Amino acid sequence: MNKVVANAQEAIKGIEDNMTLMLGGFGLCGIPENCIAAMVDANITGLTCISNNAGVDDFGLGLLLQKRQIKKMISSYVGENDEFERQMLSGELEVDLIPQGSLAERCRAGGAGIPAFFTPAGFGTEVAAEKEVRYFNGKPHILETALTADFAIVKAWKGDPMGNLIYKGTARNFNPMMAMAGKITIAEVEELVAPGELDPNQVHTPGIFIQRIFQGAKYEKRIEQRTVRQKN
Amino acid sequence: MLDKKGIAKRIAQELRDGWYVNLGIGIPTLIANYIPQGINVEFQSENGILGMGPFPFEGEEDADLINAGKQTITAMSGACIFDSATSFAMIRGQHIQLTVLGAMEVSDNGDIANWKIPGRMVKGMGGAMDLVASADNIIVAMMHTNKKGKSKLLRQCTLPLTGVQCVKKIVTNLAVLDIVEGGFKLLERAPGVSIEEIKAATEGRLIIEGEIPEMVIA
Repeated sequence: MNKVVANAQEAIKGIEDNMTLMLGGFGLCGIPENCIAAMVDANITGLTCISNNAGVDDFGLGLLLQKRQIKKMISSYVGENDEFERQMLSGELEVDLIPQGSLAERCRAGGAGIPAFFTPAGFGTEVAAEKEVRYFNGKPHILETALTADFAIVKAWKGDPMGNLIYKGTARNFNPMMAMAGKITIAEVEELVAPGELDPNQVHTPGIFIQRIFQGAKYEKRIEQRTVRQKN
Repeated sequence: MLDKKGIAKRIAQELRDGWYVNLGIGIPTLIANYIPQGINVEFQSENGILGMGPFPFEGEEDADLINAGKQTITAMSGACIFDSATSFAMIRGQHIQLTVLGAMEVSDNGDIANWKIPGRMVKGMGGAMDLVASADNIIVAMMHTNKKGKSKLLRQCTLPLTGVQCVKKIVTNLAVLDIVEGGFKLLERAPGVSIEEIKAATEGRLIIEGEIPEMVIA
């Protein structure tokens, strides 16, 4: 099995205006930089993007926001992005904010064939508006439905032609769940290795969830908040 | 009166050996600096790490190792890393013994608001709604009043809620309070702070029974 495509341009073929995408990453950590850049160049618009965050003004999904390519964001936290806040408050951008754990589980459910689940998160808040409430063990829960996407785009550290993926550090975050929930899932990796080079015991995302894979041309891996301590 | 570090130091006294702890952004993050001697805890960050360590030394920052505040961190020996669904399984499944987070408002029945000011600030709830809905033990770390001097301990929250009837304890620059049936029960005063000052800064129902000791902060 060989799912390798040449590059980001090749990988995003078939992503059209008004589609729904999932994009892995937490802040700028573990985001599919190369595919985002290719989508900026391809000028695809009207996108609904499911992603925990919306990047910063000049990196990550912020690049697509700047060019008004995103119609709607489904996220849990969108601070750190002035252009986003401006577009949202002015009503240019539709935003659906959902609790982070519910977002992760909704993606996981989407990929796992579970149409909906009950969670306590958000009960009694505006997140619960119009959602079914049920009590389990005396505690209120709200019904959350699964999320899927036309394309899921994830970023991993290493991958092989079968699509098996290994992530590094906290760059794992939403990537494994989103990989499962795309009708077509694209994986971009820092290092594409030959079949057999990944230890099967260490694979995080099984290749069955991946349809296209490529090695990113370059990774900036920008740090959002550089915090250090002094040696003493 | 306590400063932010003082609030963190006081909350650190609540840590117990062997606990898994989730610290929110802001004052809660400072608590990791004041863990009492002889107490071992592991910090969970909801973006997917257990055993979060201190900030890296300059030059050793790793873009692939951050906390939920997007700050560069290190991993302690014995740390582990996982995806977001697993992370929130730990949280929802009540495997975390203590959650400390900041707030814009807390009501005297334990409701909390900390994610949105309609029309002005909409950053999102991040993991806060999952955390407060599931955690058994939630401490709020915050200033007693806002920048305009208005009380943040209210009869009823005015901002959109993050969770209902979930906060158990509050540590502010003025006091330590438990939330019990009937309101905020005053437990301790910050050094040099009078009961009158706490009364004046608390809009919600305040329960004062007997002598209220001053906090002891090392």
